[in-house]
Amino acid sequence: MGFEVPKERFPGKIREVAIGATKEEGGTRRARLIVGGSNGLPFHKFESDSPHKPLIAMDVLDTMRVIPEQVVHSMGQVVRDPVEWAKKCENEWGADILLLRLLSANPEEENKSVEECESLVRQVLKSCSLPMIVYGCGSEEKDAKLMEAVSNAARGERLFLGQAEEKVYKSVTAAAMANGHGVVAFSNLDINLAKQMNILLLDFGMKPESIIMDPLMAALGMGLEYSYSVIERLRQGALLGDPVLQMPIICDCSCAWTVPDAMEENPAKGKTELRGINWEAITAYAALVAGADIVVMRHPKSVVSLRDCIDDLSRGA
Amino acid sequence: MPTAMEIYKLLPRKNCGECKFPTCLAFAMQLANQKVALEACPYVSPEAKAALEESGAPPIRLVTIGAGDKIAKMGDETQLFRHDKTFYHPTILGLIVDDSQGLPAMKSQIEEAKSMAYERVGQIIRVDSVAVRHSSGSAQDFLEGVKAAASSGLPIVLMTEDVKLMGEALSLCTPGKPLLYRATPQNLDGMLEVAKACGFPLVIGGTSNLDELSQVSEKAKKAGVSDIVLEHAGSSAGTMLETLTMIRRAAVKKKFRPLGFPTVTVLSKSPRDAMRGALGVMKYSSMVLMDEMPREFVYPLMALRQNIFTDPQVPIQVKAGLYTVGEPTSKSPLLFTTNFSLTYFTVRADIEKSKMPVWLLVVDTDGQSVMTSFAAGKLTPESVAKALETEKVKEKCSRNELVIPGQVSRMSGKLNELTGLKVVVGPRESSGLPKMLKSIGG
Repeated sequence: MGFEVPKERFPGKIREVAIGATKEEGGTRRARLIVGGSNGLPFHKFESDSPHKPLIAMDVLDTMRVIPEQVVHSMGQVVRDPVEWAKKCENEWGADILLLRLLSANPEEENKSVEECESLVRQVLKSCSLPMIVYGCGSEEKDAKLMEAVSNAARGERLFLGQAEEKVYKSVTAAAMANGHGVVAFSNLDINLAKQMNILLLDFGMKPESIIMDPLMAALGMGLEYSYSVIERLRQGALLGDPVLQMPIICDCSCAWTVPDAMEENPAKGKTELRGINWEAITAYAALVAGADIVVMRHPKSVVSLRDCIDDLSRGA
Repeated sequence: MPTAMEIYKLLPRKNCGECKFPTCLAFAMQLANQKVALEACPYVSPEAKAALEESGAPPIRLVTIGAGDKIAKMGDETQLFRHDKTFYHPTILGLIVDDSQGLPAMKSQIEEAKSMAYERVGQIIRVDSVAVRHSSGSAQDFLEGVKAAASSGLPIVLMTEDVKLMGEALSLCTPGKPLLYRATPQNLDGMLEVAKACGFPLVIGGTSNLDELSQVSEKAKKAGVSDIVLEHAGSSAGTMLETLTMIRRAAVKKKFRPLGFPTVTVLSKSPRDAMRGALGVMKYSSMVLMDEMPREFVYPLMALRQNIFTDPQVPIQVKAGLYTVGEPTSKSPLLFTTNFSLTYFTVRADIEKSKMPVWLLVVDTDGQSVMTSFAAGKLTPESVAKALETEKVKEKCSRNELVIPGQVSRMSGKLNELTGLKVVVGPRESSGLPKMLKSIGG
C-alpha cells in the first residue's frame, strides 16, 4: 500500500472583507486591505487557496491607565502620545492596521468628552495612513455618542468600529452603517454566541462583508486553549458551509500584557522583557494556527517575531 | 478497532462457551467494545490473534523512552483537533547538547536543562529530555557526553548516524531506553540491526518525501523494529505544518500503518526555529528537540503545551481552600470564588491589581466556573458555608463580612442566614474588583 496525500476539500470559504479606503475609494488610507478568502484550514496550502495572508493590527491606547509599567519601559515614552505612537506603528514597526482604543472616554475614569476623542481620531487619521479599527470605552451610553462622532469624522475611510456585543450592538452598528464602515462583532468564547451576534447584525441590516468576528482571545496560560478550540471550530463551521460563520476572525493578543506569569520578575523563567514579548508572540501564533485573519498586538518586537512566523508558514517546501 | 463481525470471522465459531459467553458472536461483540481480552478464548488460532492485534492496535503507536517517573511517552493520539476529544501525550521537549563543545560545556547545559522545571497551575512542567549529538568526529567525546546525559536521569536521545558508534553508546544508557536518532536511507540496514538487537525505539528520517519515509518504515517493521519515531524534513514552518498534518491524517483517518508512529521535530538555533517549536506543540510533533532553550522562551512554550494538551472534557482545577493574596490580617476583606483554574487565576490577578491584602476562599465546584456551578447546584449557600467552616476561616479573619461574586447575588440572604456574616455583593465581572476593594477598604 503506497502513501497517498490525504487531502480534504471544503464546500465553504471565508468571506473577503475590505478594511480601509484609499483616495480612489473616497478615503485617505494608504491601502485598502483584504482579509479572508481562504477555502481551507490555516496554511494548508497543499489542499486549499488562501489569497490573503493574515494581517497584524497594532493597538494604540489613549490613556496610560491600563498600560503596564514594563510595557512603557520597554516600548518607550512614545506610548504617552497616541498620535506619535500611531505614527511609529506605521513608519517603524510595520503594522498593517491601526487599532485605536478610546478608553479615556470612560465616564468612570478620565471621562474625556466626545469632542476630545473625536479630535484625537481626526489627528490620528491625519498623521497615520494605516487602515483603522476604532474601539470605544465600553460604556454603553458614552459609546453610542462617541461612535457616531467617530463614524462621521472618518466618513469614507472604511473603518471598523467596535465592539458590537449581544446586548449593545445597535448604536455602534447604526453608526458604522451610516458612513459605510464595518463593525467588529464580539462574543465571549462561545461558538453559538458568535453565530448569534452575526445573525443579530445581519438582521439589523449590516452587510455580511462589513462584519469581522472577535470570539475573545484568551492569553497564553489564561485559558488560551478555549479560544484556540473556539476559533478552530468557527473556522471549520465556516468551511463546512455555514454562511453566518464565514466572517473573518480578529484576535486581540495584546491581552498577553495582563498575564502575571508573563511579566513577573523571576530569573528562573528568564529575562522578563523577552518573556513578555515571547508571551504575546506565542499567543498570536496560536491564534493564527487556529484560524485568525487579523491579530492585534502591542509590542513591536513581538510583531517582528510574528511577521516572521507568517512568512515562514506561508512558504512551501 | 475492528467491528464485531470482523472479529467474529476470525474466531473459531464453535460456541463452546468457555469464554463465559454463550456464543462466539456474543464474545466478538464484547471484544469490539473492549470489554474482554482475547485471551479468554482458549481456541483462537495464532494467525487470528496476530490479525486481531494488528487491526485493534491504536492508529498511532505509543513509544516510550527513559525510565521511572521521568519516562517520556509519545504517540497514541487519536484526534486531529483537541476539541474532538483530547490530545493525550504532551509534546516532549528536549535540549540538544553537541559533543564538539567539550564535556564541561555539555555538563553545564545538561544541568541547565534539568533545572528548568516549574510548578504551574498545580502541575510540574519541565524540559523532559536531553539529546547528545555527535559532530566532533571523536567517538570519545560522544561517549563521555552520553555518560553525562544518562546520569541526569532524564530520557536521552542518541544523535549519530554512525552505526558503530551508536552500538558503543547503548551500554552507557542504563537504566531506561534511549531514543536512537537516526536511520536514513543511507545507513538503514546497519541501524535497523542495532535497533533490533537492543529493542530501543528508532527515529527514521533523512527524507522529505513521505512516500519514501513510508517505505523505510515498512522495511523497518519487516526487519523486526516496531518502535519507530518519524522525523519530518522541510525548510519552512509551512512545510512542517503540512507534513505533520499529512502524517497525522494518514495515520488517524486512513489507518495507514507505515505512518502510524510518533513524530520528532529537530530545530536549530534561531528565533524562527524557536517559534517552530511552538508550532510543533500545536500541530502534531510528539517530540521537539531544540539546539538552544532560553528560559524566557521555554517557559511560555511550556505554558502553551500545557494549554493545548489540557483535556477539554476535564477543566483544570485548583485545590479548594483558603488562599491569601498579599499578607492579609484578621481585618482584611474575605472573598470567595470557585476552583475552576481560569476563574481562580482571573480573580486573583484582579485582586492583585488592587494591591490590597485579601483572604480568598476557593470553594470546590469540581472545576466549574461561578455561573456554571451555580446553575448546576454545586455552588450553593450550603457549600460556601461548609467551606468556611472546614477552612476555619472565622479564626483567621474576624471581619464578619463576606464579598460574593455579583453573578450569584441571589444567594446573599440564605448565606447570611447560614453563616451570620454580612454579605456584600461584589462586581459581576472580576475586573471590577480593584475598584470595589478600594471602596470597602482594608
